[in-house]
Amino acid sequence: MKRYLPIFLLALASVTGIAVHAQTDAEVNARRDALDVAAAFSNDGFKIRDGHWCGVVKPHDRALVAVNLYAGNQYWFSAAGTEPVKKIAVSVYDESGKQVTTENYDEGEKAAAGFSPANSGQYFISVDLVEGEEGTFCLVYSYK
Amino acid sequence: MIRLAKLSVLALFTGVCAAAGAGDSGHLTADQMAKAARTDSFSIPTPGELFAALGKPGKTNWSGQYRGPTPVTYRNRAQIALNLGGLIADGFIAVEAKDGQQVKNIGADIIKLAKALGVSEKLLGRGSSINEFAEHNEWDTLQEELEATQNEVKASMQSHADQDLVILVTLGGWIRGTQVVTAAIVKDYSENNARVLRQPALVHLMQSKINEISPELRGEPLVKDVSEQLGEIEKLVSFPPSKAPAVDEVRKINQAVGKAMTEIESKDLPK
Repeated sequence: MKRYLPIFLLALASVTGIAVHAQTDAEVNARRDALDVAAAFSNDGFKIRDGHWCGVVKPHDRALVAVNLYAGNQYWFSAAGTEPVKKIAVSVYDESGKQVTTENYDEGEKAAAGFSPANSGQYFISVDLVEGEEGTFCLVYSYK
Repeated sequence: MIRLAKLSVLALFTGVCAAAGAGDSGHLTADQMAKAARTDSFSIPTPGELFAALGKPGKTNWSGQYRGPTPVTYRNRAQIALNLGGLIADGFIAVEAKDGQQVKNIGADIIKLAKALGVSEKLLGRGSSINEFAEHNEWDTLQEELEATQNEVKASMQSHADQDLVILVTLGGWIRGTQVVTAAIVKDYSENNARVLRQPALVHLMQSKINEISPELRGEPLVKDVSEQLGEIEKLVSFPPSKAPAVDEVRKINQAVGKAMTEIESKDLPK
C-alpha cells in the first residue's frame, strides 16, 4: 500500500490542491519530487500532510514559510527544486529566529530536515538555494 | 521501483547535523519572520496533527470525547462552514478511536453539510471512500481521506468565490479539536500533554485571516462573536515556551473553546 503512496498523494493533490493559482509544470514536478522524498519517511510511520508550499528560490535569498508545530510530534520537511536549481537546503528556525538543530537529508536539488520540537508553537522553514540559478521549488511535510 | 528509490533515499541520510542555510548566519531577523509566508494549507495544522501529539502515551480515551448528533440543517453559510470544520475534527477523533461506524456517520454528516454549501459533487465519491476505508479498518488511509475531504471542500469554496468561508472551516476544526484535547488533558493531566496547547501564533494567524474576510461576513453576529472570543482564547494559549499550563489553566481554555463551540452548534444564532 505504502509503495503507492507518492503516486496516490500526487493524484490526490492534483485534484484537491487548494492553491488559488493554477500550478505551473515546474511546481507540479517539484511537488512530485518533494513527495517522493517525503514518501521515504512513510516507512517509519510518518503521515504526509495533504498540503504544500511552492515558490521560487533565488541566489542569496531564502524562501521562508511559518508553520505551527506540536511538542510530542516528530516532523520532516521535504523539498525539491527544478532546473536550473542544482542544490537546495532546508533549515528550521524557532519563533525567536534561532536555528534549530535538525537531522538532514541532502541530495542536490532534493533536501529534507527533520526534528522533534521541544516546545509547541511557531517555527519557520527556510528553503535556500545552495547551487544553481533561480528556480521553482516545492515543500511538503510529514509528521508522526 | 519506488520502494528501491525510498531505500536509496534513506541510505543517503547524512545523520544528525546542524542545517547550514545558504551561507547565512543561524538566525532570522524580525523582518524576515514577519514577511514569512503563512497559508491555510501549510501553516495551520490539521486536527489530526494535534491528536497525534496527544496520543503518544496511548492513554487517551478518544471515544469518550464524542458529542451527540449535531444538526445538519443550518441555514446560515458561515455557521455551516464553522460546523463543517467541527465535524471534520470529529472525523479525526473517530479515526483515533478506530471506530468505523462513527467514522461513517460523521462522513455522511460532512457530505450533507458540504452539499448545503453547494460544494463539488465529487465529495459524494469521498463519502463512499470514507465508508469503504472504515469497513476495512484502514485508519491511516481514512485520516488521509478526511484531510483530502477538508481540502476538497475548501478548494470547492474557492472556485465558487466562497473563499471567505475557508478560514471558518479551519477555525471550526481548530475550536472543536482544542475542545476535545483540553477535555482529555483535564481528565488525565500531564505536563507533556498540556504543552501541545501553546499556540499563540496559530490563533493570531486565524484571527488575522478572519480580519481579511468581507466586512459583511465579518459583521455576522456569529462570526463577530466567535472572533471576539478568539481574542480571549489567544491570551489563554499564550504561555512561555518552557512552561506547561497547569490543569486549571487547561480547564479555562476548555471552557472558552466550549463556549465558542456551543454558540457555533446552536440553532439560535446570536442577535
